[in-house]
Amino acid sequence: MKKRYLIDRSSRSLIFVLALASFAVLVAIAVFTLKEALPALQKIGLLDFLLGREWRPTNGQFGILPMILGTVMVTVGALVFAVPLGVGCAILLAEVAPQRVRLILRPAVELLVGIPSVVYGLVGLVLIVPLVREIGGPGLSLAAGIIVLTAMILPTIISISEDSIRAVPKSHREGALALGATDWQTMWRVVLPAARSGIAASIVLAIGRAVGEAMALVMVIGMATAIPMSPLDPARPLAPSIALEINYATGLHRSTLFAIGVVLFVLIIIINSIAMIVMRRGAHAQNVR
Amino acid sequence: MNIKASRKWAFLIPVVLLVLSLTLVGCGKELSGTITEAGSTTVQPLAELLADGYMQKHPEVQVTIGGGGTAQGITSVNTGLVDIGAASRELKADDPQLVKHLLARDGIAIITSPDNPVDGLTKDEIRQIFGGIIKNWSAVGGPNAAIRVIVREEGSGTRTAFEEMVMARPEPAVQITSTALQQNTNVGVKTYVAGNEDAIGFISFGYIDNTVKALAIDGVEATEENAKNGTYPIVRPLYFLTKEAPTGLVRQFIDFCLSAEGQATVAEEGYISIA
Repeated sequence: MKKRYLIDRSSRSLIFVLALASFAVLVAIAVFTLKEALPALQKIGLLDFLLGREWRPTNGQFGILPMILGTVMVTVGALVFAVPLGVGCAILLAEVAPQRVRLILRPAVELLVGIPSVVYGLVGLVLIVPLVREIGGPGLSLAAGIIVLTAMILPTIISISEDSIRAVPKSHREGALALGATDWQTMWRVVLPAARSGIAASIVLAIGRAVGEAMALVMVIGMATAIPMSPLDPARPLAPSIALEINYATGLHRSTLFAIGVVLFVLIIIINSIAMIVMRRGAHAQNVR
Repeated sequence: MNIKASRKWAFLIPVVLLVLSLTLVGCGKELSGTITEAGSTTVQPLAELLADGYMQKHPEVQVTIGGGGTAQGITSVNTGLVDIGAASRELKADDPQLVKHLLARDGIAIITSPDNPVDGLTKDEIRQIFGGIIKNWSAVGGPNAAIRVIVREEGSGTRTAFEEMVMARPEPAVQITSTALQQNTNVGVKTYVAGNEDAIGFISFGYIDNTVKALAIDGVEATEENAKNGTYPIVRPLYFLTKEAPTGLVRQFIDFCLSAEGQATVAEEGYISIA
């Protein structure tokens, strides 16, 4: 009896220590990044850094407004395509597709989640960039970045949304159908709202991946330092900028790259907070039993 | 009790194996000789060939060549990450103090797609194009199309050499336009220009092949001859850098690169030997 009690207690403390460890890692990353970024933020000034429009490290100009806009544009652009496509595909897999189709598609989607970013970048460079060039502009562009990013976040949205839709109890559907609703009405007004928090979670994860994506975008998005005026112009989001220059930057330049890291950190915190608020409201509205 | 004993024993096996393998890794390093190099992508293909030649003569030595760009080469050798750093430009005043070994000279070619009808430009036209002042090929005798400028990242020795020799002089210096696309290797620039008839960029002479066209500057063709005899205006030194005066394996490798055999390889690859 005492043995079982000991085992129970020690496993509980072990798990607690592990959880603390992950939190400690997060804090360590935040503290280290902030410490390395401080010289840059102090020397350049937060407003000049965030709102400056010129990025020329050799000239001592460190404005990241074009990069912030680049991240926002490429993320929003990718979401515009990936969310409807992803949720639609999830509905397809959960409700419509026959078992045989699902047996092939679902593992394929999960495989796509695991493909390394560099591979997406290579395929984008060789396939997508020339296609975009046919439409206009240099090919290495915001549009190419959006297409590649959509392909990267789609599997995440599909797999998690599908799980959420499947998790909705049958009673919801049966009740709606019994009341005379059509399949579409059932889906749109009953099932999807019930799966809302899971779908929202998948979108938040997708945003996280989009905002942090560096390798694939470095290869296809052009990395020009000017603010893009059209989707066919090149762009330079925050994360790829760090990837492009971190290998060799020294001194103040290096510190500014860490400052960009801090900006990314803050951005993710803001996005996650908004998502949590939205999800909490959603749970309230559903009158969780 | 029997079950418990074997479970404990089973848990220890992977731990012991892990510790053993870690010590073996240390052993490996002491037994063979290794030389690590990193830096300029201009020097990289040359360094790889020189390393191959050296390793054929000395099979017990392992020479590892890396890329990353000139600035990374300088930083890496300065912090002791690699034995040799490669640079494709002169060292500047704010670079760390390192020992320079002149490996070769190299021209920088202004390249366009072979489908582009323009064959040559004046130095001033090049400055204006890369500065974003001339934006259309029709201004320099080409078709009516927007010029796509592509350059290397700021840490690139090729870019720094280009900026210093073409953009900075004569005064006042012209900045590379902020609408220029950026790729972080010679290969990246070459691949893009080869596939895009409106593009213009610059790469090392050693990377020129028949997928791109090297333009004449002020009437001087971009050939090895002209780079050697000084008529071609954009030529820069290629350096191997070491933190202090090299000894042992590193000294032997560098001596090999500077020997007649090494320099023959340099000449074969389209760079200018210093012999």
